[in-house]
Amino acid sequence: MRPVPAVKTLKIDGRDLSGRQEETILDVARQHGIFIPRLCEMDGLSDVGACRLCLVEIKGQNRLLPACVTTVEEGMEVTTDSPRLQGYRKMILELLFTERNHVCSVCVSNGHCELQMLAQRLGITHVHFPYRYPKEDVDASHDRFVIDHNRCILCTRCVRVCDEIEGAHTWDVMGRGIDAKVITDLNEPWGTSESCTSCGKCVHVCPTGALFEKGRSVAEMLKRRQFLPYLTLMRKENE
Amino acid sequence: MTPEELEQIAEDERAAQSQYKQRVNVCVAAGCLSCQSQSVKDALDQEVNRRGMKDHCQVKGVGCMGLCSEGPLVSTSAGVLYQKVGAADSGAIVDSLDGLPAARLVCPTDVPFFSRQKKIVLENSGIIDPERMEDYVAAEGYSALIKALTEMTPREVIDQVTKSGLRGRGGAGYPTGLKWSTVSKSVGTKKYVICNADEGDPGAFMDRSVLESDPHRVLEGMLIAAYAVGASEGYIYVRAEYPLAVKRLRIAIRQAERVGLLGTDICGTRFSFRVDVRLGAGAFVCGEETALIASVEGKRGTPRPRPPYPAMEGLFGEPTLINNVETFANIAPIIRKGGEWYAEIGTEKSKGTKVFALAGRVKNTGLVEVPMGISLREMVFEIGGGIPEGRKFKAVQTGGPSGGCLPTDCLDMPVDYESLAKAGSIMGSGGMIVMDESSCMVDVAKYFMDFCMTESCGKCIPCRVGTYQMHRILTAIGNMSATQQDLKMLEELCDLLKHTSLCGLGQSAPNPVVSTLRSFADEYRAHIEDHRCPAGVCGAQLVGETA
Repeated sequence: MRPVPAVKTLKIDGRDLSGRQEETILDVARQHGIFIPRLCEMDGLSDVGACRLCLVEIKGQNRLLPACVTTVEEGMEVTTDSPRLQGYRKMILELLFTERNHVCSVCVSNGHCELQMLAQRLGITHVHFPYRYPKEDVDASHDRFVIDHNRCILCTRCVRVCDEIEGAHTWDVMGRGIDAKVITDLNEPWGTSESCTSCGKCVHVCPTGALFEKGRSVAEMLKRRQFLPYLTLMRKENE
Repeated sequence: MTPEELEQIAEDERAAQSQYKQRVNVCVAAGCLSCQSQSVKDALDQEVNRRGMKDHCQVKGVGCMGLCSEGPLVSTSAGVLYQKVGAADSGAIVDSLDGLPAARLVCPTDVPFFSRQKKIVLENSGIIDPERMEDYVAAEGYSALIKALTEMTPREVIDQVTKSGLRGRGGAGYPTGLKWSTVSKSVGTKKYVICNADEGDPGAFMDRSVLESDPHRVLEGMLIAAYAVGASEGYIYVRAEYPLAVKRLRIAIRQAERVGLLGTDICGTRFSFRVDVRLGAGAFVCGEETALIASVEGKRGTPRPRPPYPAMEGLFGEPTLINNVETFANIAPIIRKGGEWYAEIGTEKSKGTKVFALAGRVKNTGLVEVPMGISLREMVFEIGGGIPEGRKFKAVQTGGPSGGCLPTDCLDMPVDYESLAKAGSIMGSGGMIVMDESSCMVDVAKYFMDFCMTESCGKCIPCRVGTYQMHRILTAIGNMSATQQDLKMLEELCDLLKHTSLCGLGQSAPNPVVSTLRSFADEYRAHIEDHRCPAGVCGAQLVGETA
C-alpha cells in the first residue's frame, strides 16, 4: 500500500493554511511568507528550540510554544505576532545585547547581521537592562577564519553544521549558564585543531560577526547561506 | 530464582534473626556516619564480643532513623532510642539491654516528631541492614515483584498503580499510573526505565536517604515498572556526590543479579531486566528528564523541547519511563497491599505519604514521612518542634530553587500538590526549609537566584542571561543600591523567564522571587527606599554571603 501523507489544515494569523503532519509551524509559515523571528533555527540543520524568539501563541494552549519544533495539528489556531509576543521577543534580544559586546559600528558583519536586522525589525531603539561588558577572547589562530567570542550568541549553528553536515564535530559547547562558550576540539586553539577541515561552513551559518573570514574589515563579511538547503536537498535525493 | 526459593531465603533469615534475643541498631546512613556512627558501631561490636554476648545479641548497621539533628542514633530491641551516642557510651548501652534505659542518652519517641509520621517509603529505614538483601527479603521484600510476575498481567499492575492515585514524587506530580500506561502503549524496538536519583535541591536529602537505607526497594519498584511497561533495560541516574548511596546501590544490584532477580528469565518467567548505574557530574539541570536522558546517552546534559515526551521518544529515541526514587519506593507496598489501600491515605487529589527533609530554623531537623494533607503548622510546630531560641516563625520554603516561600498566613494550608501550587510554591522533591525572623527574604531570594544562575545550562537565552540579570538586581537590592526601576525590571524578568524558558529550571527560577515579592514586599521596600535590611542580614558584610 502506498503510504498516504497526512495533511493537516490550520490557521496561522487568521489565514487558512495546510501542512504535512511532520512539518512544523515555522515550515508552513515560511512557505506562505509569514515571518517568525528566530536566531538558532536554520533550514537544513536540526532544531534545538533554544533562542525562544519563535515562540507563538496557540489557541487553547496555556504555554507559548516554539514554532521551530512544534508540528502542525488539525484545527490549530496560531498567532505569530501579538503585543505580548513582541514584548518577550524584544526583551530576549535586549538580554542578548547585554550579554556580550555587540558593537555594530566596528563589527565585520555590520549591515549583514541577523541579530542587528532582527533588532531593527522589532523596533529596538535602546536596551534597558545594564550591559555586562565581559572580557571575551578572540581566537585568530586559524589560517583563514577567526572566532570573536564577543559577538557570539550561542545559537550553536556552528556546532550543528559541523557535526551534522560536515561530519567533523570540531565545535562544541563548554561551560554552563552565562559562562558557556563554543569551543574547537577540547578547547584548543582553532588553528591547532586536527578535526577541523577548514570547510568554512560554520563561518557562513553564523548569524553574527562571531565567525568571519580573515581579511574582512568592518561591514565586509557577507555570509553565503545558499549552500545549506542545496546540500540537504542533494543528500535527500541521493538517499 | 523461584518464588519458593525466595520464601526459603526469607524463612532462613527470620530463623537466623530469631536466635538473637537482643538487638542494637546503629544508624549508618550518611547523616549519622558523618558524626562517627561507624566508630559507635565498632565500639558496640567490641563491647558485645568482650562480654561474650555475641550469640544472642546482634549489633546491626541500619539506615536512617529520621532525627538526623540528634545523631548518631542507636535503637535497641527493648524499644529505646538513644541520641548523640559516642563510642564511649557503648558500655552503658549494652548494660541497658538487660536493665533500665541509659537515661542520659534516651531520645523520647512519644513526641509528635515520631508519632505524627506514617511510614511507607521509609518503613524499612532504620530497621534493616541496607547492605544485606536477606534482611530486605525477610521484611517482605521482593514479594510484590513475585506477585506481579506470577499473578498479575502488566495491565493489572498499571491498574493498581492508577487506582492508588500515586503522583510523581520528583516535584511536578504527574500521575504515575498515566505515565506508565503511556509508556506501555508506546511502540519501540526496546523500552527503558530510568530512576531519577539526581537530587539537587539545597537542603533536600530524601532520595539519598532512601537509597542509603533501603536500596532494594527502589530496585523492586523499577522491576515492577519494567514488567508493567515492557522494558528490558534500566538506568539509575545518581549524583556522584552521593558515594554511599552509589556504593549501596551497586551492592544491591550485584546481590539481585546473583540470585536471579535481575537478569534474564526472572523467576522462571520470560521477563528480563538489567540495571546499570550512571553517575551525574554535578549539574542540577540533569534532574530535568530530557537533560538526564542526554546525559545518560553521553551527551552534554541540556534539556530539549517537549513534546516529544520521553514516554514516546526518550533514551536512544525509544519509549522511556522516568520516575523519581521516592516514586519507585512507593510501588512495592502498592502492589503488595493494593491500590485502594494506598488511596485511602492523603487527600482527594494527593494520595499517600510524602517524605520531607525538614531543615533550617526548627528544633528537630531530619527526615520525616507524613500523610499528604498535613498542615504546614503541624509540620513546623509539632513535628519540627517549633522555632528554637524563642524566635518568631517567618516563612517556610518548599520545593528548593523552583519553589517559593510561604508566610505565616499559609501555615494552616494542607501540604498537597494543589494547595502548594495555589500559594505560589511547589511540592518539589520534598525539601522544607524553615526560616525565622533572622532571615532576610531578599537574601533568601538572592541565594536561590544565585543557585539557578550557576546551574543554568546556558542553552536558552531567557534562562542564561535572565537569571544573571535577576541575580544582579537582587545583589543590588541587598547592597541597598537598587532603585524602583530595578524592581520593575525584576518583575518583568520574572514574567519573561516563567513564560519563555525552555525547561522547568528557567520557568520556575523566578518562583522564590515572585513569592517573596508577594508576601514580603515591605522587606524589598525597606531595602530600596529606606536603605536598611529589617532582618539585619544585608549590607552587614561586604565580602562573602550568608546562605
